[in-house]
Amino acid sequence: MDPRIAVIDKRLEQIGKIIAVSGGKGGIGKSSVASMLALVLTRADKKIGLLDLDFCGPSTHIILGIRDVYPTEDKGIVPPLVQKMRFMSIVFYAGDKPSPLRGNDLSNAIIELLSITQWGTLDFLIIDMPPGISDTTLDAIRLIRRTQFLNVSTPSKLAFETVKKVLQMQKELMLPIIGVIENMKGVDSVYIADAVKALRVPYLGSVSYDDRFESALGNVDDLVSTQFAADMKHIVQHTDTFNVGKER
Amino acid sequence: MHEWALADGVVTTAHKVARQEKIKKISRLRIKVGEVQQIDMEIFRNALEQIIQSHDDLLQGAAIEIDIAEAVLKCRNCGHMWTFQQAMKQLSHDESEAIHFVPEMAHVYIGCPECCSPDFEVAQGRGVWLDAIVGE
Repeated sequence: MDPRIAVIDKRLEQIGKIIAVSGGKGGIGKSSVASMLALVLTRADKKIGLLDLDFCGPSTHIILGIRDVYPTEDKGIVPPLVQKMRFMSIVFYAGDKPSPLRGNDLSNAIIELLSITQWGTLDFLIIDMPPGISDTTLDAIRLIRRTQFLNVSTPSKLAFETVKKVLQMQKELMLPIIGVIENMKGVDSVYIADAVKALRVPYLGSVSYDDRFESALGNVDDLVSTQFAADMKHIVQHTDTFNVGKER
Repeated sequence: MHEWALADGVVTTAHKVARQEKIKKISRLRIKVGEVQQIDMEIFRNALEQIIQSHDDLLQGAAIEIDIAEAVLKCRNCGHMWTFQQAMKQLSHDESEAIHFVPEMAHVYIGCPECCSPDFEVAQGRGVWLDAIVGE
């Protein structure tokens, strides 16, 4: 028996809700949504952890401008507190080098990270999921049993074709789905909203395409003043899962 | 893997096995640890002792054996095999530490000595497992 798996539940037992930001397709803004969700909830006085599980292309540390901080050791690994959230990413161990991991190695790396990380008490653990619906997604389902899925799509029919498969899989496995956020919305269209509702999945709202977002990357003060942040805040305030008052 | 997390995992797993096998008192426990884990045996034993002494009747007084399994790496690209010990000689302290916490980081810092490929497998000496539990 693998003793590592036995401690994962213990490591997560003081966490209120665990939310995996997924969608299957690359480039649809999962990391941006995960980072902004963490920021919005932190600013609503929630205790937040952010775990970047995209081992091949970790980017939440770049979005949030996290640098020169490292985990500390205390009967495991304690993630650093940055922007009032606990942050964990493979970059602490791989630096800026590529991590060419095959499926089984990916699974082992996830098990190691989950079993050594001491999150402490959190209201929410936000997980930035990698693209794809294979190893990491299946491991998140297998190892983190209380995960709820917050899915991201763009307005593109091409992107939604993949997101649809992710939603179908989540439904077939009877996993808790919070809903779908439509990211980078440019023109008025109900295509994604209708397609999501047709699958009987909540459509949580849209986030406008914001050309200021790129220049705000790495600077939290700039990030929270974008339209992207305002739209995410609106969605968070109107989604019961997050339990955030509308006055905030 | 961190020694404290590993010790915690070993004790939790031993309890799980004991429940399944209806064992009320464990007299002997054998743990195998792959060399890639780079466990500090003194810290690991100390962590195990502290966890057991603080709240564990099941494992009190049990003889605990810990075996380290030598790690052998095999290149998937050219088939070359070499030992983890040989690979470790090329690593800096920080690289070695990264592999200690997340052993898969070996693929980030170690390449095949013959063809430089990072696409190798740990043919043996990866992971941690409870090899034997004896009790009544």
